[in-house]
Amino acid sequence: MNCPLNGPRNITEFICAGEVKEPLPANATSQEHARSIYLEKNRAGVVSEWWMHVPSAYWFIAQRDTRTDEIVRTLSYDAFAAEQTGHT
Amino acid sequence: MPFNLLRYGLSKKHEPWRIIPETPSELRPSYDVVIVGAGGHGLAAAYYLATVYGITNVAVFEKGYLGGGGTGRNTAIIRANYLTPEGVAFYDQSVKLWRDLSDELNINIMYTERGHLTLAHTDAAVRTSRWRAEVNKHLGVDSELIFPDEIAKICPQLNLSQDVRYPVLGALYHPPGAIARHDAVAWGYAMGAAARGVEIHQLTEVIGFDRSDDCVTRVHTNRGSVVAGKILMAVAGYSSRVASLAGLTLPIHTVPLQACVSEAVKPVLDPIVVSGSLHVYISQSSRGEFVMGGATDPYALYSTRSTLDFAESLFAEMLELFPFLHNMRMLRQWAGLSDLTPDFSPVMGLTPLQNFFIDAGWGTWGFKATPICGWTMAECLATDRQPELIEAFRLDRFERFALVGERGAASVGH
Repeated sequence: MNCPLNGPRNITEFICAGEVKEPLPANATSQEHARSIYLEKNRAGVVSEWWMHVPSAYWFIAQRDTRTDEIVRTLSYDAFAAEQTGHT
Repeated sequence: MPFNLLRYGLSKKHEPWRIIPETPSELRPSYDVVIVGAGGHGLAAAYYLATVYGITNVAVFEKGYLGGGGTGRNTAIIRANYLTPEGVAFYDQSVKLWRDLSDELNINIMYTERGHLTLAHTDAAVRTSRWRAEVNKHLGVDSELIFPDEIAKICPQLNLSQDVRYPVLGALYHPPGAIARHDAVAWGYAMGAAARGVEIHQLTEVIGFDRSDDCVTRVHTNRGSVVAGKILMAVAGYSSRVASLAGLTLPIHTVPLQACVSEAVKPVLDPIVVSGSLHVYISQSSRGEFVMGGATDPYALYSTRSTLDFAESLFAEMLELFPFLHNMRMLRQWAGLSDLTPDFSPVMGLTPLQNFFIDAGWGTWGFKATPICGWTMAECLATDRQPELIEAFRLDRFERFALVGERGAASVGH
């Protein structure tokens, strides 16, 4: 996997923390919190996920195809967030 | 007798004994119940709907072949030595059904009680083993915390030397731990259900649902559409995808779990041996193969590919426990898709949709629950009520923060 900070590293140096979810508004109800924490889209296709390079504790976003295990690209969260706001 | 056998063998008149029911050429316009997924769980539900509740206008739709998913890919271990009272009570009922299942289904599922050892390599694991043993005993399930001198008597093949990286400090011993022939379980339930009028449609993929407000009205498949009174979804690794067709989002992510078997040798290993800390488990099948598995893959995936990472990490630990395996040859390696929940307990029963029922979240623990899942889901469909035995496993428990943290589940980190 190509870490945006450290370059290409062995996949065993990384952990995956699951799909990127919509941030909750500050006044979200307890039910909305529960849904945000536990429910997952679990899509088959290209998904955006949180990953961390363990030795450097660097968190970033990877876009990966969950049908083929192909990593489409990796990018820093700032770049990802900028893209998201650009789209919406 | 030998002459009869010879005559029978040479005769061209006899028909082959057909285990798997034939797929009917047409779908009926409507069914009382449509079951999505012809694995052990879906077929068991169909069987008990027919036998216990007399509901036989039932179709089981399977996108691939019968028992080709988790049912045919698991490592066939059956046990009830879980940690939560909800889990123990549930799996114990399953063990009771397993014991009579060969007779009930009239097919030899080769259910064999071997004894099950869960090894503990740390003080924390010994503590959890004692906890599990006490919960089990309280609920009438036979489990005991034992130490290396007793482990050596039950499993002399195990390397109990202290001169290893993770010495064995103790084990949770569960004498009723068993293995069975997993394909035969699906075939047996399929035969029994089909004999009572249930239709089993292989190569029939559900591609969509029509919904009114809080009901599913029609089921669309690649072979046409049908009206369904009630729908049961039992599709394991594909739960999120099928549920999304009905507009539901689940607390599930899909992760591959890999396993492998060795070549067949004479019987040398009687008990089933599991190490939760090292993430390995092994048993010897009735055919003589060593059936082995490890941890689930570290991230979500819908592919059943095999990896070298898995084999390497499995045998690094396995060879320390069983050095005699070092010159065994591997025959096959494969993967199945596990539908993991955040609390390692299943999601069963009612959903926000009135006539849509769910049997999912079976992660790495689904095979052993096959009979009791079929039994309780049949009750749930027939009565429209959540059976008491699976009350704790409701889908809406997550919204109430009422999780059932099952640390007795195997192959997953806790």
